[in-house]
Amino acid sequence: MYTEQVMDHFTNPRNVGEIEKADGVGEVGNMKCGDIMRIYLKVNDNEVIEDIKFRTFGCAAAIATSSMITEMVKGKTITEAMKITNKQVAAELGGLPAPKMHCSNLAADALKKAIENYQGNNNQVNNKIEETGNNCNRDCNNCSY
Amino acid sequence: MRKVYLDHAATTPLNEEVLNEMLPYLKEHFGNPSSIHSFGREARRAVEESRERVAAALGASAEEIIFTSGATEANNLAIRGIARAQQKKGNHIITSAVEHHAVYDTCAALQKEGFDVTFLPVDEYGMVSVDAVAAAITDKTILVTIMLANNEVGTIMPIAEIGQLCREHDIIFHTDAVQAIGNIPVNVKDLNVDLLSLTAHKFYGPKGVGALYLRKGTRLNVYHYGGAQERKLRPGTENVPGIVGLGKAIELAVKDLEAKTNRIKVLRDRLQEGLLAIEHTKLNGHPQQRLPGNLNVSILFVEGESLILSLDLKGIAVSSGSACTSGSLDPSHVLMAMGLDHQTAHGSLRFTLGVNNTEEEIDYVLEVLPDIVTRLRSMSPVYKGSNK
Repeated sequence: MYTEQVMDHFTNPRNVGEIEKADGVGEVGNMKCGDIMRIYLKVNDNEVIEDIKFRTFGCAAAIATSSMITEMVKGKTITEAMKITNKQVAAELGGLPAPKMHCSNLAADALKKAIENYQGNNNQVNNKIEETGNNCNRDCNNCSY
Repeated sequence: MRKVYLDHAATTPLNEEVLNEMLPYLKEHFGNPSSIHSFGREARRAVEESRERVAAALGASAEEIIFTSGATEANNLAIRGIARAQQKKGNHIITSAVEHHAVYDTCAALQKEGFDVTFLPVDEYGMVSVDAVAAAITDKTILVTIMLANNEVGTIMPIAEIGQLCREHDIIFHTDAVQAIGNIPVNVKDLNVDLLSLTAHKFYGPKGVGALYLRKGTRLNVYHYGGAQERKLRPGTENVPGIVGLGKAIELAVKDLEAKTNRIKVLRDRLQEGLLAIEHTKLNGHPQQRLPGNLNVSILFVEGESLILSLDLKGIAVSSGSACTSGSLDPSHVLMAMGLDHQTAHGSLRFTLGVNNTEEEIDYVLEVLPDIVTRLRSMSPVYKGSNK
Protein backbone atom coordinates (compact mmCIF):
# COMPACT_ATOMS: atom_id res chain seq x y z
CA MET A 1 0.00 0.00 0.00
CA TYR A 2 3.00 2.32 0.42
CA THR A 3 5.39 3.37 -2.34
CA GLU A 4 9.07 2.41 -2.30
CA GLN A 5 9.97 5.99 -1.44
CA VAL A 6 7.70 5.97 1.60
CA MET A 7 9.19 2.69 2.81
CA ASP A 8 12.68 4.04 2.20
CA HIS A 9 12.02 7.16 4.30
CA PHE A 10 10.25 5.08 6.93
CA THR A 11 13.08 2.60 7.30
CA ASN A 12 15.91 5.12 6.85
CA PRO A 13 14.47 8.43 7.97
CA ARG A 14 16.66 11.49 7.32
CA ASN A 15 17.35 14.15 9.94
CA VAL A 16 15.78 12.49 12.97
CA GLY A 17 16.44 14.23 16.25
CA GLU A 18 16.39 17.60 17.94
CA ILE A 19 18.35 20.80 17.52
CA GLU A 20 19.51 22.32 20.76
CA LYS A 21 18.80 26.04 20.88
CA ALA A 22 16.76 25.77 17.69
CA ASP A 23 15.73 29.01 16.00
CA GLY A 24 12.24 27.68 15.45
CA VAL A 25 10.18 24.75 16.63
CA GLY A 26 6.77 23.66 15.31
CA GLU A 27 4.46 20.90 16.39
CA VAL A 28 1.24 19.63 14.81
CA GLY A 29 -1.10 16.73 15.34
CA ASN A 30 -2.55 15.22 18.47
CA MET A 31 -2.65 11.91 20.27
CA LYS A 32 -6.33 11.34 19.54
CA CYS A 33 -5.60 10.90 15.84
CA GLY A 34 -2.30 9.20 16.54
CA ASP A 35 0.06 11.55 14.70
CA ILE A 36 2.35 14.10 16.31
CA MET A 37 5.14 15.85 14.38
CA ARG A 38 7.71 18.24 15.76
CA ILE A 39 10.17 20.08 13.55
CA TYR A 40 13.30 21.97 14.70
CA LEU A 41 14.99 24.64 12.56
CA LYS A 42 18.39 26.30 12.49
CA VAL A 43 18.18 29.43 10.30
CA ASN A 44 21.23 31.52 9.36
CA ASP A 45 21.50 35.30 8.89
CA ASN A 46 20.53 35.00 5.21
CA GLU A 47 17.25 33.33 6.26
CA VAL A 48 18.45 30.00 4.88
CA ILE A 49 17.49 26.79 6.66
CA GLU A 50 20.92 25.51 7.65
CA ASP A 51 19.72 22.54 9.62
CA ILE A 52 16.40 20.83 10.22
CA LYS A 53 15.46 17.89 12.41
CA PHE A 54 12.24 16.11 13.33
CA ARG A 55 10.61 13.79 15.81
CA THR A 56 7.38 12.05 14.86
CA PHE A 57 4.92 9.74 16.60
CA GLY A 58 2.78 8.06 14.00
CA CYS A 59 2.41 5.68 11.13
CA ALA A 60 4.84 5.09 8.28
CA ALA A 61 3.24 7.92 6.27
CA ALA A 62 3.71 10.37 9.13
CA ILE A 63 7.36 9.41 9.57
CA ALA A 64 8.10 9.39 5.82
CA THR A 65 6.53 12.80 5.16
CA SER A 66 8.48 14.29 8.08
CA SER A 67 11.70 12.84 6.76
CA MET A 68 10.96 13.94 3.19
CA ILE A 69 10.24 17.55 4.05
CA THR A 70 13.52 17.89 5.92
CA GLU A 71 15.32 16.84 2.72
CA MET A 72 13.21 19.18 0.60
CA VAL A 73 13.91 22.36 2.55
CA LYS A 74 17.44 21.96 3.83
CA GLY A 75 19.45 24.79 2.24
CA LYS A 76 16.34 26.65 1.11
CA THR A 77 15.30 30.09 2.30
CA ILE A 78 12.38 30.31 4.64
CA THR A 79 10.40 32.13 1.94
CA GLU A 80 10.87 29.14 -0.37
CA ALA A 81 10.16 26.71 2.43
CA MET A 82 6.90 28.42 3.34
CA LYS A 83 5.59 27.66 -0.16
CA ILE A 84 5.83 23.88 0.23
CA THR A 85 2.49 22.16 0.62
CA ASN A 86 1.50 18.81 2.13
CA LYS A 87 0.48 17.71 -1.36
CA GLN A 88 3.96 18.39 -2.72
CA VAL A 89 5.52 16.34 0.06
CA ALA A 90 3.20 13.43 -0.73
CA ALA A 91 3.99 13.78 -4.45
CA GLU A 92 7.75 13.63 -3.74
CA LEU A 93 7.08 10.31 -2.01
CA GLY A 94 5.30 8.96 -5.07
CA GLY A 95 1.91 9.49 -3.45
CA LEU A 96 0.21 8.27 -0.28
CA PRO A 97 -2.82 6.01 0.21
CA ALA A 98 -5.99 8.13 0.13
CA PRO A 99 -6.83 8.02 3.88
CA LYS A 100 -3.25 9.01 4.73
CA MET A 101 -3.47 12.17 2.63
CA HIS A 102 -5.74 13.52 5.30
CA CYS A 103 -4.56 12.22 8.64
CA SER A 104 -0.82 11.72 8.33
CA ASN A 105 0.26 14.25 5.75
CA LEU A 106 1.06 17.09 8.14
CA ALA A 107 4.74 17.79 7.59
CA ALA A 108 4.27 21.07 5.71
CA ASP A 109 2.00 22.29 8.52
CA ALA A 110 4.67 21.43 11.09
CA LEU A 111 7.30 23.23 9.02
CA LYS A 112 5.11 26.33 8.68
CA LYS A 113 4.59 26.37 12.45
CA ALA A 114 8.34 26.10 13.00
CA ILE A 115 9.00 28.99 10.58
CA GLU A 116 6.30 31.10 12.21
CA ASN A 117 7.85 30.28 15.55
CA TYR A 118 11.22 31.42 14.17
CA GLN A 119 9.72 34.65 12.82
CA GLY A 120 8.03 35.23 16.13
CA ASN A 121 11.34 34.64 17.87
CA ASN A 122 12.95 37.41 15.85
CA ASN A 123 10.40 39.91 17.09
CA GLN A 124 9.32 38.64 20.45
CA VAL A 125 11.19 35.90 22.25
CA ASN A 126 8.79 33.00 22.38
CA ASN A 127 10.51 29.66 22.14
CA LYS A 128 7.90 27.61 23.90
CA ILE A 129 5.92 25.09 21.92
CA GLU A 130 2.44 24.22 22.85
CA GLU A 131 2.40 20.68 24.15
CA THR A 132 -1.18 20.52 25.14
CA GLY A 133 -4.42 20.68 23.25
CA ASN A 134 -5.14 20.04 19.65
CA ASN A 135 -2.33 21.33 17.46
CA CYS A 136 -3.90 19.84 14.41
CA ASN A 137 -5.79 22.36 12.33
CA ARG A 138 -8.08 19.74 10.79
CA ASP A 139 -11.59 19.01 11.78
CA CYS A 140 -11.29 15.30 12.43
CA ASN A 141 -14.83 14.98 13.70
CA ASN A 142 -16.00 15.71 10.19
CA CYS A 143 -13.55 13.29 8.66
CA SER A 144 -14.97 11.22 5.85
CA TYR A 145 -12.49 8.37 6.28
CA MET B 1 13.22 -14.22 4.15
CA ARG B 2 11.98 -15.98 7.22
CA LYS B 3 8.17 -15.77 7.68
CA VAL B 4 6.44 -15.95 11.03
CA TYR B 5 2.65 -15.81 11.01
CA LEU B 6 1.15 -14.54 14.28
CA ASP B 7 -2.20 -13.24 13.09
CA HIS B 8 -4.42 -16.30 13.47
CA ALA B 9 -7.33 -14.22 14.80
CA ALA B 10 -7.45 -12.60 11.34
CA THR B 11 -7.37 -15.88 9.48
CA THR B 12 -5.64 -19.25 9.52
CA PRO B 13 -3.93 -21.30 6.81
CA LEU B 14 -6.04 -24.02 5.22
CA ASN B 15 -5.33 -27.43 6.69
CA GLU B 16 -4.03 -29.93 4.09
CA GLU B 17 -6.54 -32.62 5.14
CA VAL B 18 -9.36 -30.09 4.80
CA LEU B 19 -8.19 -29.11 1.34
CA ASN B 20 -8.02 -32.75 0.26
CA GLU B 21 -11.62 -33.34 1.30
CA MET B 22 -12.72 -30.21 -0.54
CA LEU B 23 -10.96 -30.86 -3.86
CA PRO B 24 -13.36 -33.48 -5.29
CA TYR B 25 -16.24 -31.03 -4.77
CA LEU B 26 -14.39 -28.39 -6.78
CA LYS B 27 -13.86 -30.93 -9.57
CA GLU B 28 -15.79 -34.11 -10.33
CA HIS B 29 -18.50 -33.76 -7.64
CA PHE B 30 -19.70 -30.41 -8.91
CA GLY B 31 -23.42 -31.15 -8.71
CA ASN B 32 -26.05 -28.83 -7.30
CA PRO B 33 -27.37 -30.32 -4.04
CA SER B 34 -30.92 -29.40 -5.08
CA SER B 35 -30.75 -31.60 -8.22
CA ILE B 36 -32.30 -35.04 -7.86
CA HIS B 37 -29.92 -36.86 -10.23
CA SER B 38 -26.77 -38.63 -9.13
CA PHE B 39 -24.62 -35.48 -9.38
CA GLY B 40 -26.99 -33.61 -7.12
CA ARG B 41 -27.36 -36.50 -4.69
CA GLU B 42 -23.58 -36.76 -4.35
CA ALA B 43 -23.37 -33.07 -3.41
CA ARG B 44 -26.39 -33.28 -1.11
CA ARG B 45 -24.85 -36.23 0.74
CA ALA B 46 -21.65 -34.20 1.29
CA VAL B 47 -23.55 -31.13 2.56
CA GLU B 48 -25.60 -33.21 5.01
CA GLU B 49 -22.54 -35.11 6.20
CA SER B 50 -20.88 -31.80 6.89
CA ARG B 51 -23.94 -30.59 8.77
CA GLU B 52 -23.66 -33.66 11.00
CA ARG B 53 -20.00 -32.89 11.66
CA VAL B 54 -20.69 -29.27 12.60
CA ALA B 55 -23.56 -30.31 14.85
CA ALA B 56 -21.45 -33.00 16.53
CA ALA B 57 -18.65 -30.52 17.22
CA LEU B 58 -21.07 -28.10 18.91
CA GLY B 59 -23.22 -30.61 20.77
CA ALA B 60 -26.18 -29.70 18.56
CA SER B 61 -28.32 -31.70 16.18
CA ALA B 62 -27.95 -31.45 12.41
CA GLU B 63 -31.26 -29.73 11.78
CA GLU B 64 -30.11 -26.87 14.02
CA ILE B 65 -27.25 -25.91 11.67
CA ILE B 66 -27.71 -23.35 8.87
CA PHE B 67 -24.81 -22.84 6.50
CA THR B 68 -23.95 -19.26 5.59
CA SER B 69 -21.22 -17.39 3.75
CA GLY B 70 -19.43 -16.72 7.02
CA ALA B 71 -19.92 -15.25 10.46
CA THR B 72 -20.88 -11.78 9.26
CA GLU B 73 -23.86 -13.24 7.46
CA ALA B 74 -24.64 -15.56 10.39
CA ASN B 75 -24.58 -12.61 12.80
CA ASN B 76 -26.79 -10.47 10.57
CA LEU B 77 -29.21 -13.35 10.05
CA ALA B 78 -29.36 -14.09 13.78
CA ILE B 79 -29.75 -10.54 15.06
CA ARG B 80 -32.00 -9.15 12.36
CA GLY B 81 -33.95 -12.38 12.15
CA ILE B 82 -34.66 -12.51 15.89
CA ALA B 83 -35.37 -8.79 16.17
CA ARG B 84 -37.98 -9.02 13.42
CA ALA B 85 -39.48 -12.28 14.67
CA GLN B 86 -39.82 -10.96 18.23
CA GLN B 87 -40.79 -7.35 17.63
CA LYS B 88 -44.36 -7.90 18.75
CA LYS B 89 -42.99 -8.93 22.14
CA GLY B 90 -40.66 -5.97 22.54
CA ASN B 91 -38.02 -3.80 20.93
CA HIS B 92 -35.08 -3.93 23.33
CA ILE B 93 -31.76 -5.58 22.42
CA ILE B 94 -28.76 -5.94 24.72
CA THR B 95 -25.23 -6.25 23.34
CA SER B 96 -21.76 -5.12 24.42
CA ALA B 97 -19.44 -2.27 23.54
CA VAL B 98 -16.71 -4.69 22.43
CA GLU B 99 -18.52 -6.78 19.83
CA HIS B 100 -17.09 -7.38 16.39
CA HIS B 101 -18.48 -4.91 13.83
CA ALA B 102 -20.63 -7.67 12.32
CA VAL B 103 -22.65 -7.62 15.55
CA TYR B 104 -22.05 -4.06 16.75
CA ASP B 105 -22.99 -2.41 13.46
CA THR B 106 -25.98 -4.71 12.94
CA CYS B 107 -27.31 -3.65 16.35
CA ALA B 108 -26.54 -0.01 15.56
CA ALA B 109 -28.49 -0.35 12.30
CA LEU B 110 -31.48 -1.77 14.19
CA GLN B 111 -31.21 1.14 16.60
CA LYS B 112 -31.60 3.50 13.64
CA GLU B 113 -34.63 1.48 12.55
CA GLY B 114 -36.27 2.14 15.91
CA PHE B 115 -35.10 -0.66 18.16
CA ASP B 116 -33.83 0.25 21.60
CA VAL B 117 -30.26 -1.07 21.93
CA THR B 118 -28.15 -1.21 25.09
CA PHE B 119 -24.40 -1.39 24.44
CA LEU B 120 -23.10 -2.69 27.76
CA PRO B 121 -19.82 -1.25 28.97
CA VAL B 122 -16.92 -3.55 29.87
CA ASP B 123 -14.31 -3.49 32.60
CA GLU B 124 -10.62 -2.72 32.09
CA TYR B 125 -10.09 -6.30 30.84
CA GLY B 126 -12.83 -6.07 28.23
CA MET B 127 -15.16 -8.29 30.29
CA VAL B 128 -18.94 -7.99 30.26
CA SER B 129 -20.46 -8.70 33.68
CA VAL B 130 -23.47 -10.95 34.22
CA ASP B 131 -24.82 -8.39 36.69
CA ALA B 132 -24.70 -5.68 34.03
CA VAL B 133 -26.76 -7.87 31.68
CA ALA B 134 -29.24 -8.58 34.50
CA ALA B 135 -29.54 -4.88 35.27
CA ALA B 136 -30.15 -4.01 31.63
CA ILE B 137 -32.99 -6.51 31.12
CA THR B 138 -36.46 -4.97 30.87
CA ASP B 139 -39.85 -6.49 30.03
CA LYS B 140 -39.22 -5.27 26.47
CA THR B 141 -35.94 -7.16 26.04
CA ILE B 142 -36.17 -9.65 23.17
CA LEU B 143 -32.54 -10.48 22.43
CA VAL B 144 -29.17 -10.54 24.15
CA THR B 145 -26.12 -10.92 21.92
CA ILE B 146 -22.67 -11.11 23.54
CA MET B 147 -19.53 -12.56 21.97
CA LEU B 148 -17.98 -15.70 23.44
CA ALA B 149 -14.41 -14.44 23.15
CA ASN B 150 -13.17 -11.07 22.01
CA ASN B 151 -11.24 -10.93 18.74
CA GLU B 152 -8.84 -8.20 19.80
CA VAL B 153 -7.91 -8.92 23.39
CA GLY B 154 -9.10 -12.52 23.67
CA THR B 155 -11.17 -11.97 26.82
CA ILE B 156 -13.58 -14.89 27.37
CA MET B 157 -17.05 -13.74 28.43
CA PRO B 158 -19.23 -15.52 31.03
CA ILE B 159 -21.56 -16.84 28.31
CA ALA B 160 -22.99 -19.85 30.17
CA GLU B 161 -24.06 -17.58 33.07
CA ILE B 162 -25.52 -14.94 30.77
CA GLY B 163 -27.31 -17.73 28.89
CA GLN B 164 -28.75 -19.06 32.13
CA LEU B 165 -29.97 -15.59 33.01
CA CYS B 166 -31.63 -15.20 29.61
CA ARG B 167 -33.35 -18.58 29.98
CA GLU B 168 -34.75 -17.48 33.33
CA HIS B 169 -36.18 -14.37 31.70
CA ASP B 170 -37.29 -16.18 28.54
CA ILE B 171 -35.06 -13.96 26.38
CA ILE B 172 -33.34 -15.27 23.26
CA PHE B 173 -29.56 -15.38 23.53
CA HIS B 174 -27.07 -15.26 20.67
CA THR B 175 -23.30 -15.50 20.84
CA ASP B 176 -20.67 -14.78 18.21
CA ALA B 177 -18.29 -17.71 18.77
CA VAL B 178 -15.96 -16.95 15.87
CA GLN B 179 -12.76 -16.65 17.90
CA ALA B 180 -13.59 -19.42 20.35
CA ILE B 181 -13.91 -22.52 18.18
CA GLY B 182 -10.71 -24.53 18.14
CA ASN B 183 -9.40 -22.48 21.07
CA ILE B 184 -11.76 -23.32 23.94
CA PRO B 185 -14.56 -25.91 24.29
CA VAL B 186 -17.78 -24.71 22.65
CA ASN B 187 -20.93 -26.67 23.43
CA VAL B 188 -24.27 -25.00 22.76
CA LYS B 189 -25.97 -26.82 25.64
CA ASP B 190 -23.31 -26.00 28.20
CA LEU B 191 -23.35 -22.37 27.04
CA ASN B 192 -27.17 -22.05 27.22
CA VAL B 193 -27.30 -20.29 23.85
CA ASP B 194 -30.15 -20.19 21.36
CA LEU B 195 -28.05 -19.01 18.44
CA LEU B 196 -24.33 -19.18 17.76
CA SER B 197 -22.27 -17.90 14.81
CA LEU B 198 -19.04 -19.34 13.48
CA THR B 199 -16.80 -19.19 10.41
CA ALA B 200 -14.48 -21.86 9.00
CA HIS B 201 -11.43 -19.76 8.17
CA LYS B 202 -10.64 -19.07 11.83
CA PHE B 203 -9.97 -22.76 12.44
CA TYR B 204 -7.94 -23.82 9.39
CA GLY B 205 -10.93 -24.13 7.09
CA PRO B 206 -11.69 -22.20 3.88
CA LYS B 207 -12.87 -18.57 3.68
CA GLY B 208 -16.40 -17.72 2.59
CA VAL B 209 -18.27 -20.33 4.60
CA GLY B 210 -19.73 -20.31 8.08
CA ALA B 211 -22.74 -21.47 10.01
CA LEU B 212 -25.44 -20.37 12.39
CA TYR B 213 -26.64 -22.69 15.12
CA LEU B 214 -30.37 -22.10 15.62
CA ARG B 215 -31.82 -23.95 18.59
CA LYS B 216 -34.84 -26.06 17.76
CA GLY B 217 -38.03 -24.07 18.27
CA THR B 218 -36.38 -20.65 17.85
CA ARG B 219 -38.21 -18.63 15.24
CA LEU B 220 -36.24 -16.49 12.83
CA ASN B 221 -37.52 -14.03 10.22
CA VAL B 222 -35.90 -14.22 6.83
CA TYR B 223 -34.45 -11.20 5.10
CA HIS B 224 -33.06 -12.85 1.99
CA TYR B 225 -35.44 -14.38 -0.49
CA GLY B 226 -34.78 -17.14 -2.98
CA GLY B 227 -34.85 -20.88 -3.16
CA ALA B 228 -35.62 -23.45 -0.50
CA GLN B 229 -32.03 -24.01 0.59
CA GLU B 230 -31.27 -24.08 4.33
CA ARG B 231 -34.98 -24.21 5.12
CA LYS B 232 -35.42 -20.91 3.23
CA LEU B 233 -33.54 -19.14 6.01
CA ARG B 234 -30.48 -18.81 3.82
CA PRO B 235 -31.53 -19.26 0.22
CA GLY B 236 -28.99 -19.68 -2.56
CA THR B 237 -27.08 -22.62 -4.00
CA GLU B 238 -24.87 -24.09 -1.31
CA ASN B 239 -21.11 -23.50 -1.35
CA VAL B 240 -20.54 -27.25 -1.44
CA PRO B 241 -16.70 -27.33 -1.37
CA GLY B 242 -16.72 -24.70 1.37
CA ILE B 243 -19.30 -26.56 3.43
CA VAL B 244 -17.31 -29.78 3.07
CA GLY B 245 -14.22 -27.87 4.22
CA LEU B 246 -16.08 -26.39 7.19
CA GLY B 247 -17.23 -29.85 8.28
CA LYS B 248 -13.75 -31.33 8.15
CA ALA B 249 -12.13 -28.27 9.72
CA ILE B 250 -14.44 -28.17 12.73
CA GLU B 251 -14.03 -31.91 13.25
CA LEU B 252 -10.25 -31.40 13.40
CA ALA B 253 -10.56 -28.19 15.44
CA VAL B 254 -12.24 -29.87 18.39
CA LYS B 255 -10.02 -32.97 18.27
CA ASP B 256 -7.32 -33.04 20.99
CA LEU B 257 -8.33 -29.49 21.81
CA GLU B 258 -6.75 -29.37 25.23
CA ALA B 259 -3.38 -30.75 24.14
CA LYS B 260 -3.21 -28.36 21.19
CA THR B 261 -4.17 -25.28 23.14
CA ASN B 262 -1.92 -26.12 26.07
CA ARG B 263 1.00 -26.15 23.69
CA ILE B 264 -0.05 -22.81 22.18
CA LYS B 265 -0.52 -21.31 25.63
CA VAL B 266 3.05 -22.20 26.64
CA LEU B 267 4.34 -20.35 23.57
CA ARG B 268 1.99 -17.41 24.19
CA ASP B 269 3.16 -17.11 27.79
CA ARG B 270 6.77 -17.18 26.66
CA LEU B 271 6.05 -14.36 24.21
CA GLN B 272 4.11 -12.43 26.85
CA GLU B 273 6.92 -12.65 29.38
CA GLY B 274 9.46 -11.50 26.81
CA LEU B 275 7.36 -8.61 25.56
CA LEU B 276 6.39 -7.30 28.97
CA ALA B 277 10.09 -7.28 29.87
CA ILE B 278 10.41 -4.36 27.41
CA GLU B 279 10.07 -1.06 29.27
CA HIS B 280 6.77 0.84 29.11
CA THR B 281 4.59 -2.02 27.88
CA LYS B 282 1.19 -3.12 29.12
CA LEU B 283 -0.94 -6.23 28.70
CA ASN B 284 -4.42 -5.65 27.25
CA GLY B 285 -7.18 -8.15 27.97
CA HIS B 286 -7.90 -10.42 30.89
CA PRO B 287 -4.78 -11.91 32.49
CA GLN B 288 -6.45 -15.34 32.91
CA GLN B 289 -9.86 -15.47 31.22
CA ARG B 290 -8.28 -15.13 27.80
CA LEU B 291 -7.97 -17.22 24.63
CA PRO B 292 -4.83 -19.38 24.78
CA GLY B 293 -3.31 -17.95 21.60
CA ASN B 294 -4.06 -14.27 22.18
CA LEU B 295 -1.54 -11.68 23.30
CA ASN B 296 -2.42 -8.00 23.03
CA VAL B 297 0.12 -5.55 24.38
CA SER B 298 0.51 -1.80 24.17
CA ILE B 299 3.97 -0.47 23.51
CA LEU B 300 3.94 3.10 24.72
CA PHE B 301 5.35 6.10 22.82
CA VAL B 302 5.12 4.37 19.43
CA GLU B 303 2.32 3.87 16.96
CA GLY B 304 0.93 0.46 15.97
CA GLU B 305 1.16 0.71 12.21
CA SER B 306 4.84 1.60 12.40
CA LEU B 307 5.37 -1.45 14.60
CA ILE B 308 3.45 -3.73 12.23
CA LEU B 309 5.37 -2.53 9.18
CA SER B 310 8.70 -2.81 10.97
CA LEU B 311 7.88 -6.38 12.05
CA ASP B 312 6.63 -7.14 8.53
CA LEU B 313 10.03 -6.12 7.16
CA LYS B 314 11.42 -8.89 9.38
CA GLY B 315 8.82 -11.35 8.06
CA ILE B 316 6.61 -11.25 11.16
CA ALA B 317 2.85 -10.84 10.65
CA VAL B 318 0.80 -9.26 13.47
CA SER B 319 -2.00 -6.71 13.79
CA SER B 320 -2.85 -3.60 15.81
CA GLY B 321 -5.79 -1.64 17.14
CA SER B 322 -4.28 1.67 16.10
CA ALA B 323 -6.42 4.08 14.11
CA CYS B 324 -4.19 3.61 11.09
CA THR B 325 -5.14 -0.03 10.85
CA SER B 326 -8.69 0.06 12.16
CA GLY B 327 -9.90 1.46 8.86
CA SER B 328 -11.42 4.42 10.65
CA LEU B 329 -10.35 7.60 12.31
CA ASP B 330 -10.38 6.28 15.84
CA PRO B 331 -8.37 3.53 17.44
CA SER B 332 -10.07 0.22 18.20
CA HIS B 333 -13.50 0.58 19.81
CA VAL B 334 -12.63 -2.42 21.97
CA LEU B 335 -9.54 -0.82 23.49
CA MET B 336 -11.35 2.49 23.96
CA ALA B 337 -14.27 0.72 25.68
CA MET B 338 -11.74 -0.83 28.04
CA GLY B 339 -10.75 2.68 29.06
CA LEU B 340 -7.34 2.85 27.40
CA ASP B 341 -6.11 6.34 26.57
CA HIS B 342 -5.46 7.17 22.93
CA GLN B 343 -1.72 6.71 23.12
CA THR B 344 -1.99 3.25 24.68
CA ALA B 345 -4.58 2.21 22.11
CA HIS B 346 -2.52 3.54 19.19
CA GLY B 347 0.48 1.55 20.43
CA SER B 348 -1.34 -1.77 20.67
CA LEU B 349 -0.04 -4.91 18.99
CA ARG B 350 -2.00 -8.13 18.70
CA PHE B 351 -0.18 -11.44 18.40
CA THR B 352 -2.44 -14.46 17.84
CA LEU B 353 -0.72 -17.81 17.80
CA GLY B 354 -1.77 -20.96 16.02
CA VAL B 355 -1.04 -24.67 15.89
CA ASN B 356 1.95 -24.34 13.57
CA ASN B 357 3.93 -21.79 15.58
CA THR B 358 7.18 -22.91 17.20
CA GLU B 359 9.30 -21.86 20.15
CA GLU B 360 12.00 -20.82 17.71
CA GLU B 361 9.59 -18.40 16.03
CA ILE B 362 8.64 -16.83 19.35
CA ASP B 363 12.31 -16.39 20.20
CA TYR B 364 12.87 -14.75 16.82
CA VAL B 365 10.14 -12.19 17.58
CA LEU B 366 11.66 -11.51 20.98
CA GLU B 367 15.04 -11.07 19.32
CA VAL B 368 13.95 -8.48 16.74
CA LEU B 369 11.19 -6.54 18.50
CA PRO B 370 13.25 -4.67 21.14
CA ASP B 371 15.42 -3.03 18.45
CA ILE B 372 12.33 -1.99 16.49
CA VAL B 373 10.82 -0.42 19.61
CA THR B 374 14.07 1.39 20.43
CA ARG B 375 14.32 2.74 16.88
CA LEU B 376 10.74 4.03 16.78
CA ARG B 377 10.96 5.49 20.27
CA SER B 378 14.14 7.34 19.30
CA MET B 379 12.03 9.13 16.68
CA SER B 380 9.09 9.80 18.97
CA PRO B 381 8.45 13.31 20.30
CA VAL B 382 6.50 11.89 23.26
CA TYR B 383 9.19 9.48 24.48
CA LYS B 384 10.99 10.89 27.48
CA GLY B 385 13.70 8.26 27.65
CA SER B 386 14.43 5.05 29.48
CA ASN B 387 13.90 4.62 33.21
CA LYS B 388 17.00 2.46 33.37
